[in-house]
Amino acid sequence: MIRPHFRVVIVNLTTRKTHVENVPGREVWLGGSGLGALLFEKYGDTSAAWTDPKQPLIFAIGPLTGYFPLMSKTVCSFLSPYHGQYTESHAGGRSALALRFADMDALVITGKASRPCVLSVGAKHMDIKDAPFLWGKDVFTTGKMVRNMLPGSGMRSILRIGPAGETGCAYACINVDTYRHFGRMGAGAVMGAKNLKAIAIQGDSSFSLPEGKEYAKVFKEIYEQLTETTMMSKYHDLGTAGNVAALNELKSLPWRNLQATTDPGIDGISGERFAKDMLLRNTACAGCPVGCIHIGYLREKFMADNRYLYRQVAYDYEPIFSLGSMLGMTDGFGVLGLMDAVEREGLDCMSGGVALAWATEALEKGHITEAETLTPLKFGDAAGYKTAIHHLGVGTNEFYKRLAQGTMKAALHYRGEDYACVLGQEMAGYATGESFFVSESLSFRHSHLDSSAYSADQKPQDKDAPKIVAGFVKDEASRIVLTSMVGCLFARGVYSTERLQQALSSLGYAETDLDAAGGAIQRLRWRLRMRSGYAPMQTKIPKRYSEVVTWKGAIDTEFMETLRQTYAAKLIELGQEEKEQA
Amino acid sequence: MKTLFAARMERCIGCQSCSLACARLVHKRLSWYTAGIRVGSSGGISTGFEARVCLACDPPPCAAVCPTGSLSPRKSDGGVKQDRGLCIRCGKCVKACPIGVIVQDELDSPYMCLHCGRCVPYCPHDCLELAEKGEANFVQEVAE
Repeated sequence: MIRPHFRVVIVNLTTRKTHVENVPGREVWLGGSGLGALLFEKYGDTSAAWTDPKQPLIFAIGPLTGYFPLMSKTVCSFLSPYHGQYTESHAGGRSALALRFADMDALVITGKASRPCVLSVGAKHMDIKDAPFLWGKDVFTTGKMVRNMLPGSGMRSILRIGPAGETGCAYACINVDTYRHFGRMGAGAVMGAKNLKAIAIQGDSSFSLPEGKEYAKVFKEIYEQLTETTMMSKYHDLGTAGNVAALNELKSLPWRNLQATTDPGIDGISGERFAKDMLLRNTACAGCPVGCIHIGYLREKFMADNRYLYRQVAYDYEPIFSLGSMLGMTDGFGVLGLMDAVEREGLDCMSGGVALAWATEALEKGHITEAETLTPLKFGDAAGYKTAIHHLGVGTNEFYKRLAQGTMKAALHYRGEDYACVLGQEMAGYATGESFFVSESLSFRHSHLDSSAYSADQKPQDKDAPKIVAGFVKDEASRIVLTSMVGCLFARGVYSTERLQQALSSLGYAETDLDAAGGAIQRLRWRLRMRSGYAPMQTKIPKRYSEVVTWKGAIDTEFMETLRQTYAAKLIELGQEEKEQA
Repeated sequence: MKTLFAARMERCIGCQSCSLACARLVHKRLSWYTAGIRVGSSGGISTGFEARVCLACDPPPCAAVCPTGSLSPRKSDGGVKQDRGLCIRCGKCVKACPIGVIVQDELDSPYMCLHCGRCVPYCPHDCLELAEKGEANFVQEVAE
């Protein structure tokens, strides 16, 4: 519903009570990323540990959620188990529309349940059900059981964690509606620490439409642009997987723990190969006609006499990189099997794959032995990885427990930090060059989506550090506006600032300076990050990144260091407290 | 009369653009629920999607039980017309629907498909069709 304030629902798992707060500030903090930061400042404590029960886990949507196509994402804001600092993770599925129709601008979860539980919320109810029987269950089993425990098929979203979230893995994800995730930075472990196995959000109310003809007109224009032009075609055609072969060609696809950036084995795992041999069907987030979710089909013989089972596994560029090329896998079906294993444990696929790539090289180099890994790990060998993924999810021994806290933490212990492919967190799949390595190392979410650095690297550019850093900062601010609405970043070509302004006006929101709001949210996010202990100047880019050869040739380490320092200095400036700025 | 058919649901991606369009354009609501067509999985998202939509019973049992004439049979081919002004929100139509596709909102107003076809252009995969009975789903486009 359109309101001048934010309607925030706060659930306290300790007291098992909920209350609704009307929080002012819509014109400045918009929603999504901005609302998450506002609420974290209000309810969070940057001086306490992420495990402290009082820390909030925040799910926020924005003013355009549900009103326009591709406004289908939810922002999750929390103190990250990965580095103990303030962060965000984004996901779609049905989560955003479910929150909209549950009439919440944000759902804030604080406290810790006395035993494992499931939270069920909607426009007219809040219920915490004890569910110790779900503890230890994998993501898929949990989803099915919650589905049967609670009503509302077709108009709800089910968020849940797997064993990785329960064991406190620093990169445990929250699975959303089977095929989407709050993937990165460990939101799953925050749920685990709260004894919260699953959240079902029921979108069981409806709202009147804005007065006048403007809304219908703007909706139609946007819908047509999204569905009748070629702007979104790459996302529903091959999907993000279409980049796999392109980046391999550009010598920018990390292979075998980034020991190479291109490999002739690409044909087995390219987006074209997946589409031809494995693509079963597409699905979509609620409210998005693009349908970029590609679901692969995996048939496995599990017994003699032709006994088969089948699995449906969502694939994208990033999991093909992290559980494919990064692990030396050249068989797409094998990659799908690993993706399925990672999903079950509730691990972030990118961190999980990159962690195992490091472990494989560490084993090769003798920095660790099979006494640690418990199973042979060899590039290209799916069977070993499948076993290791389970060990990583449940934290079988000391080694896997360390690795589950982050590859660099394990690497420092076992002396393998030079070849740990960590850029703030386990890298995303772009060995494109200096800009990307610096951007991902330092940026707010340590995400490839924080800026367009990986795309800039693919074109010739001047080695002008201040100019490149100014680009990172501007990019971040403009993306923040979209992730405050909350729009899918794939729609950034359609939702220009003018378009967003038009959409907001059509709903009756007062004119807002969106660029100024983006800048204000950016600074608040950085202040929260700095307050929780971020020291960007101290970041290190591991040695492996200076050994990379891309289409441009060898990495210019001197330039990379200048760029790192320039960006770090800029971030310190952005994160200054307001008093200091004045 | 033309009737709405969810003729090719095996193509559905679950985007719910049809439900949102129906609520927005026909019922003037922002909702994925107060709509004549609703989309849900048939047992979890790994199972694919089904449309929960009027099958145009002829004669329609929902109209037969309506005490006020708010629902009346269409001229031909089944299904109903709705005059919301006459509705007393008794919910009898909901109970009478043999496949459970009439829903009530929080104020008990009933919503059902009126076979107007306004959802059809919003389906990105051409799952829906407004056609004469017996003529839907005859044409299966062959992909290039």
